Formats: sequence, C-alpha cells, structure tokens
Amino acid sequence: MAALMAILKRDLALAYRQRAELMQPMLFFILVISLFPLAVGPEPKTLQLIGPGVIWVAAILSSLFGLERLFRDDFQDGSLEQLMLSSTSLPAAALVKVLAHWLTSILPLIILSPLLALFLHLSEPMYWALLKTLLLGTPLLSLIGAIAVGLTVGLNRGGVLLALLLLPVFIPLLIFATSAVESASMQLQYNAQLAILGAMFLFSLALAPFAIAYALRVSQT
Amino acid sequence: MTVLSVTNLSVVKRDRLLFENLNFAVEQGGLLYVKGQNGAGKTSLLRVLAGLVEADSGDVYFCQQNIKDDRENYHQNLVYFGHKLGINLTLSAVENLQYWCQQHQVNISVDTIFHTLAQLNLVGLEDIPVANLSAGQQRRVALARFWFKQEARLWILDEPFTALDTQGIELLSIQITKFLGGGGSVIMTSHQALRLEYPTDELILEYRI
Repeated sequence: MAALMAILKRDLALAYRQRAELMQPMLFFILVISLFPLAVGPEPKTLQLIGPGVIWVAAILSSLFGLERLFRDDFQDGSLEQLMLSSTSLPAAALVKVLAHWLTSILPLIILSPLLALFLHLSEPMYWALLKTLLLGTPLLSLIGAIAVGLTVGLNRGGVLLALLLLPVFIPLLIFATSAVESASMQLQYNAQLAILGAMFLFSLALAPFAIAYALRVSQT
Repeated sequence: MTVLSVTNLSVVKRDRLLFENLNFAVEQGGLLYVKGQNGAGKTSLLRVLAGLVEADSGDVYFCQQNIKDDRENYHQNLVYFGHKLGINLTLSAVENLQYWCQQHQVNISVDTIFHTLAQLNLVGLEDIPVANLSAGQQRRVALARFWFKQEARLWILDEPFTALDTQGIELLSIQITKFLGGGGSVIMTSHQALRLEYPTDELILEYRI
C-alpha cells in the first residue's frame, strides 16, 4: 500500500513540475471547442445539436494527445524496469498510474466543461447529462488508452499507431455518451445510456490493469 | 549454497541465436563475471536472469525455486542495475531514492540517504533535478541503491563502471567486495578490467552470426 501511495505522490509531483506539457492537451481542448461557435455561427439550435458531440470528440482527441506521457518517460529512463523488479504488484501499480494520469490530465477538462458548455449553448439538463457521461466515460479512455500505450511504448513515434489502435475502440463510448446528452436535450430519461457507460467502465476497471501489466511486460523484450 | 542456477537457457533475439543450452550456477558469496564482445548477448542474459524478459527456452532458479513461480520473493532479494538508470531526470536525487526505497519496501531514513549521497561525493546536489547533474553523477545517484537494500542476496550489474571516475570505480568496487564478503552473490559485466580482490568465476559468451 505504501508503495502504491508513493507512486501516486511521485506522479502527481511530476505532473506539477511538467505543467507546461500538461497544458497542451487542455489548450487544444479549449481551442477546438471555442472555434466551433465562430465557425458554425451563433445559432443556438445548431450549436445545441452539435455541442455534445464536439465536446466529446475534443475530449477523446485531447486525451490521446497526453496519453503517451503515461509510461513513456518511465520506460525510457528505466523507472519501469525498476518498478517491475520490485515486489509491488504491477497491475495495482498500473492502476495507480492511470488514476494519477486521469487526475492530472482529464479532471481539468471536466472542470472546464461548464464554461465550454456555455460556448455551445447547452441547456442545463444537457449539461448535467454531459457531466455524468464525462465522469463515467473518461476513466474508460484512460484505462483502455493505457493498454495501448503499454503496447506501443517500446516503439519510437508510436503516436499515430496509438490513435489508430484506440479510436475504433472509443466509438461505442462516443455513441452512447452523445446519445445520453441528446436524450437529455429532449427531456427524456437517459439512465439506459449511463448504465451502459457504467458497465463499460466497471468492466475495463476490472480487466484493464492486468492487460496493462501484460502489455508493459511484453514491451520489455 | 546455490543462490542462482540456470538450466539449458537459450535466447533468440531478432532471429539471431545469442546463446543456447547455457548451464551455470552462482554460489553464495560467488562473483560471476560475464564476458563477451559487443552484441554477444551479455545484457540480454542479465535481463533474463533478472526476470525482466523470458528466455526462449530453459529456466532460471533462485534458491532452487523457479523465478517464474515466485517472482515476488526473488525480486525482494535482488538489486538490478541496468543500462537504463531508473532515475527520473525531473526529480531530485533524494526524491528518486526515496521513491525507489518505498517501491522496494526498504525502510531508510532521509538522513541515511543524505549520508550515502555524501559518501558518493554528491554533497550539495541532493535537492536539484537530476537532469542538471553530469552523466557520472547521475550514475552515482542510481548506484546509491546498492547501499540501501540490506536484505538483498543477489546483485546483477550491467556495465556498472561506465562513465564513473577512478574514485567512483573504487567506491563501487569496495561496496561490491563488502557485499560478497557478507555472503551476497554478484553477477556482472564490464568492459573495464575488474580490480576486485576476490575470486572470480568467468562466463564467456561468444558472438554468433
């Protein structure tokens, strides 16, 4: 347990010291979303129609941006080797690293989302639905993304490959999340979509740590 | 007592057979010196011995126990020092070592860390990001691990003397001899001639095409 706390503390401290690198995906997120009202025009109806989709697409793309950070430095400087050679369980350590990554690079996006929802003229029920889907869906992005990062960390310039591997996997997430917000815009129930997102999240929470650990071991060869 | 033994070990890397059917054992208090040209497979061998990579065939035993079966116990008794230092360049020397100790469940006070760093001639450099240190100094920070993990019974060192000055080489040599004298076992590679006053077993790997 102490070892896992140490990982969390270290990763948070590192994130704080590498603020500039962390800002990049966040700026990308803000830029994409703030450009849409300018490009499409300020018509509230149009914006409401495309808003949830725009926010989700921007969230997925900007999370892909920062994803490589998760294991890249640790792999290159050998910290990962030393982690594997400790008695700390690797799946648990991977889960803690994913948590640290989510806290530092995704949570700020969620905190910014009310402001961006305002840009896109989302109504209040739509915003709450969006927030719920983001809270359930983005940990899934981090967990599944970490498997792909684990697999590609040994390759130089795995960035494009990472996107190609991950985007198809994220499509169901995107469909259910935006459909929840769409239902909310019509004052309908959206519990079903949330339940599916929750199920996907719990499923990946249970299995992804082992897959990440396996991917990291494979990358050592 | 045999600490580490290897049976019929073969490793293939990028369609090239590095070595096959390797058999050897390292006794308690034994020093095994792995020799060979560049590309002969020394690093690959050490990584297999450490349990980072699986061999294509053959097994590695730690105290008669296959390391695949009891990874945790094996790693508790092992210190590995590879080409990659395992030091984060953004963190300071003390932070790096504290993190490593917590990771490996080694209870060490901050004072001991400062003291060890002073022994390694890093006074005044404990609190600045490791990126600002020279290559040799960064290696010294990483080598401080060998001063901390007391319960370890096996050290695996891959080219530990690279980039160290003569004083650094001597410090490490003394530490290795002390560890061997206390009943520890060491497996190492080095392109520098060993200057350890200690009986050495040699394992020579041939470069194969």
